[in-house]
Amino acid sequence: MLELDGVSAGYGSFQALFDVSLKVNAGEAVAVLGPNGAGKTTLLRAISRLIQIRSGALSMQGRRYNDLPAHEVVGLGIAQVPEGRRLFPRLTVEDNLKMGAFTPSARGSYRDRLDFVYSLFPRMKERRQQMAGTMSGGEQQMCAIGRALMSQPRLLLLDEPSAGLAPVIVQSIFELVRRIRAEGYTVLIVEQNVQQVLKVVDRGYLLDTGRIRTSGTSAELLASEEIRKAYLGV
Amino acid sequence: MDIFDIFLLEAVINGLLLGGLLALLALGLNLIFGVIDVVWICYAELIMVGMYAIFWSHTDFGWPLWLAFALGIGLVALLGMALHWFIVRPVLSAEPINQLLVTGGVLFFLQAAATVAFGVEFRNIGIRLGGIPLGDVNLSIARLIAFAVALLAIVLAYLFLTRTYTGTAIRAISQDREIMPLMGVNPGKVYLVTSAMGGGLAGLAACLLVLQYDIHPAIGLSFGPITFLICVLGGLGNLFGGFVAAFIFAQFISVGGYVLKIEWGYVLAFVFFIAMMFVRPEGLFARRR
Repeated sequence: MLELDGVSAGYGSFQALFDVSLKVNAGEAVAVLGPNGAGKTTLLRAISRLIQIRSGALSMQGRRYNDLPAHEVVGLGIAQVPEGRRLFPRLTVEDNLKMGAFTPSARGSYRDRLDFVYSLFPRMKERRQQMAGTMSGGEQQMCAIGRALMSQPRLLLLDEPSAGLAPVIVQSIFELVRRIRAEGYTVLIVEQNVQQVLKVVDRGYLLDTGRIRTSGTSAELLASEEIRKAYLGV
Repeated sequence: MDIFDIFLLEAVINGLLLGGLLALLALGLNLIFGVIDVVWICYAELIMVGMYAIFWSHTDFGWPLWLAFALGIGLVALLGMALHWFIVRPVLSAEPINQLLVTGGVLFFLQAAATVAFGVEFRNIGIRLGGIPLGDVNLSIARLIAFAVALLAIVLAYLFLTRTYTGTAIRAISQDREIMPLMGVNPGKVYLVTSAMGGGLAGLAACLLVLQYDIHPAIGLSFGPITFLICVLGGLGNLFGGFVAAFIFAQFISVGGYVLKIEWGYVLAFVFFIAMMFVRPEGLFARRR
């Protein structure tokens, strides 16, 4: 579905990604693991075209979209839940969800999408008139995921959904990811929480200082020397 | 003086009517600042251009008034978009002081250009609507129209901002510009739409003002500073605050002018403004961040 081929990107004179190639097949859940500053967020920003890539190729369902303006990427079926959730704090929950359905194709099915998101997150329905910024971190994460789902994406990009949340909430967020997969969405998730995320994805890549170090199935990664040493402390 | 002072009542009513008009002026300027984070110092000069457009198309080309009004609104909306595209967009990430200076430059440019093009004479479209007596109070029809139209425009703008996708995007972009593309929103386009809306509101104000005031190149100075001060008093960028502040200011001008002397109304209003800047420098209603 999504394919990156030899992608390099960065900010000014700083290069954050070096020759990154990865692939997400339809129906899969794939994780990109790596420490702080590994280039994980840059990777998702490049996929969403929020930053220009310097070389390589991006393609979605066989269509190369290296030069597509960022606001047209949603139209390809790619929705991103950005790092730190980034809700519109002084809009209501429902207005936030409405922004997720901004594209002309999503507007047509706004009611259906809203019902779907509310059935997935009944809590959001209870809070639909509340200002998004006044909710707890976990609720905000639900709202941010719901907002991304409003555009009826094929591929959902999640940037550190567990960051900054209490351990109990983290559990429920990963449970959510599992449910979203069950709904048939393809998921690419960036995480530092290696142990938890590998329980909900099929495969993963290890990104370090902008380069893919290793990749494999969840089981392979859990067993791999690099991951065990760096992240699991064993 | 009687307990019930009919002239005081008239001053209060006139203040109320003026308040509606000032609220419309403040809405346009506040909208631009709240969304784009740039103050159009030349806002009242856009109104001046609209007034001249209405004047020339109506008196020289003989266009019916409604068509001249439509031209005034459309032209100033386009002018707002041009102002954004050519002047504001290049300095979007510049220091606020530079943004003020560049739109301030446009103010003097438009004033000078209007003087060259139209001369310094005072002109009017030659329409005097008169008044309707309400008991002992005589109400100006032009002011009543201005009040009603201004309030209607404010309500419509409110509905647009809260009910439509584009309106919601306009409110959202002021809270987080960077992620707008992730929603499928082109931020540049939202800024252009907002600028057209701000310009269109200025054009509408021009329609209401030509019914009451003579047109001259410096007419913007009669409304520009006070509009800006109202926005600051209400909390720059806070649409609700600007609305309330407009009515407060208008009462200072109208009732203050009645109790003391007509020119003293503005003096009182500005003294109040300066005092408030000491008491509440962030405005009566701080901009909700």
